[in-house]
Amino acid sequence: MTGERTIYVPRDSGALSMGAEAVAAALSAEARRRGLAVTIKRNGSRGLYWLEPMIEVETARGRVAYGPVTAADVASLFDANFLDGGEHRLGLGITEEIPYLKQQERLTFARVGITEPVSIEDYIDHGGYRALARALDMDGAQIVEEVTLSGLRGRGGAAFPAGIKWRTTLQAAGDQKYVVCNADEGDSGTFSDRMIMEGDPFVLIEGMTIAGIAVGATEGYIYLRSEYPHALITLREAITAAERRNYLGDNVCGSGKAFKLVVRVGAGAYICGEETAMLESLEGKRGMVRFKPPLPAIAGLFGKPTVVNNVITLASVPVILEKGGAFYKNYGMGRSLGTLPIQLAGNVKRPGLIEKAFGVTLREIIYEYGGGTASGRPVRAVQVGGPLGAYLPESALDLPVDYEAIAAKGGLLGHGGIVVFDDTVDLAKQARWAMEFCALESCGKCTPCRIGSTRGMEVVDRILTTRDHEKTANAELLRELCDTMTAGSLCALGGLTPMPVISALRDFPEDFGLPTAPRP
Amino acid sequence: MNRETHWDRAAVESIAHGLRHEPGALTVILRRIQDQLGWVPPDCVPLLAAILNLSRAEVHGVVSFYHDFRHEPPGRNVIKVCRAESCQAMGGVALEGHIKRRLGIDFGETTLDRSFTLEAVYCLGNCACSPAAMIDGELFGRLSPARFDDAIAHLGKEG
Repeated sequence: MTGERTIYVPRDSGALSMGAEAVAAALSAEARRRGLAVTIKRNGSRGLYWLEPMIEVETARGRVAYGPVTAADVASLFDANFLDGGEHRLGLGITEEIPYLKQQERLTFARVGITEPVSIEDYIDHGGYRALARALDMDGAQIVEEVTLSGLRGRGGAAFPAGIKWRTTLQAAGDQKYVVCNADEGDSGTFSDRMIMEGDPFVLIEGMTIAGIAVGATEGYIYLRSEYPHALITLREAITAAERRNYLGDNVCGSGKAFKLVVRVGAGAYICGEETAMLESLEGKRGMVRFKPPLPAIAGLFGKPTVVNNVITLASVPVILEKGGAFYKNYGMGRSLGTLPIQLAGNVKRPGLIEKAFGVTLREIIYEYGGGTASGRPVRAVQVGGPLGAYLPESALDLPVDYEAIAAKGGLLGHGGIVVFDDTVDLAKQARWAMEFCALESCGKCTPCRIGSTRGMEVVDRILTTRDHEKTANAELLRELCDTMTAGSLCALGGLTPMPVISALRDFPEDFGLPTAPRP
Repeated sequence: MNRETHWDRAAVESIAHGLRHEPGALTVILRRIQDQLGWVPPDCVPLLAAILNLSRAEVHGVVSFYHDFRHEPPGRNVIKVCRAESCQAMGGVALEGHIKRRLGIDFGETTLDRSFTLEAVYCLGNCACSPAAMIDGELFGRLSPARFDDAIAHLGKEG
């Protein structure tokens, strides 16, 4: 072998949590020992987490992957001539040909795992900042029109059309407007925001810049949860690089338009993922939910018109501006257009990030991609959409990934997280946990959420410890309490906590000791 | 419960004065105090209130709202264990139990020798490598009780 070889070792925190740092150090030491010239590049994760740390080498045939690699495997990889793609028991072949990856439709995640996350040159070489160049040739209304045409809906969970939100802010009067990125990805089972911020931060920065140019906002904030220290590092490095190259600042790309970006770190409050609580937190206050109206698009941060979007929503904007709204909306089904970076987690053999057009079924994701449970036991329940999403039984898995289809079954697609449970799960415990989590995280502003969650835990306990008609009466009480929380809460925390509870009662009554026959 | 009252007043003052003009300064200042000191001393509330021209109640309200802001100094090593659904599905509850028994403390507590503080977190975003925990800022995935014991072995209970 000749010349300097390139090895990719992810810096994604999931890969790091499986020992990527030690692997990178071992690769470098072993190469030195053998007198081989190698460059170790730190990419994002391809999202094939059961294979992390997954390393790749650049060969004449393309990138070849090996994984999961430990530091102890490194010497044998060199022995197997992995730098030329040699065969090894950890060999996975050409990365792009791995079916899990090949069958995906990666638009938002197009560069994740391929580029070096904080290299702006790499970003530009891979098509980055073409969208911004296009946006700078358009007026605000045209940009908003393109986003509206794409059908892009808020990927944070509420699925509100992004174009309509942007239009509202564009048309709102204000001496100062803001773009706020909600990076408080608190739902269990979700990690696509983290992966983008760690693996391709520039795509988020570019998306926010386009949003700012579109609505006339000159300042942007990224509200990042404190549990993501690695994302903070990549974002800060990327912002500095973008400022240095005039992609951020007083005169973006010489257009005369300003856009500045600041990262703010949260302080461990789930409720701050709710947009108005997040705005309060950014203003230096308790993260208490605001009444709506006024909408943040009209009176948001510091009372000014503010676009608030999730990380994935904003990171999907560049591909829409670059290739056109019509291109993007060709993916998907019904009113769920484009692609969704689905996050597969929990008890599953092959967990990871799967970006697919809407319409793929839960069954395909869990079995064809996921390979069933990690434990090898049967799938019993699947929670879709985070802690506020329904627990779906195995029989419901033919549902397509589509906002409306899942809602029609009493569920929630949310941020696209799927958590798989095997048959050892106790749904009564999970229902109690949903109430406990709500009690822990309630901001306390409205009574149904603040008090209802604690009463909910108690009622679940009573269902489990009583018998006969007392048990059924408590189950009825729990349903009534859930009705009150659903109808009477100010925001989605209190309003949706009943969803996992009711779904557990409906589809898994036996776990509560209740009869399984359908109620009249 | 003995509450530590010694805290670095000069550091808090310098942070607060340095950041007081930031928009929404209070949470930024508290975040910095927490990151630098490892806790937010309750006794610094009047000082922050004076610098920011807020009432003590307002400052206390914000400090007490957020889970991250500790009211006491942590132990030498901080262990954060994810308690959320994906980790539950992968044996997180058993891991939690092991860690509590191993350290002899519950969530929110510090060992008597002040070597370990144990905290619950609700999702570290490492759900594809569940169960997850963070030990002194380092993230661990697919953490088994045995791997946990290995990870803390060098930290030494007697510090």
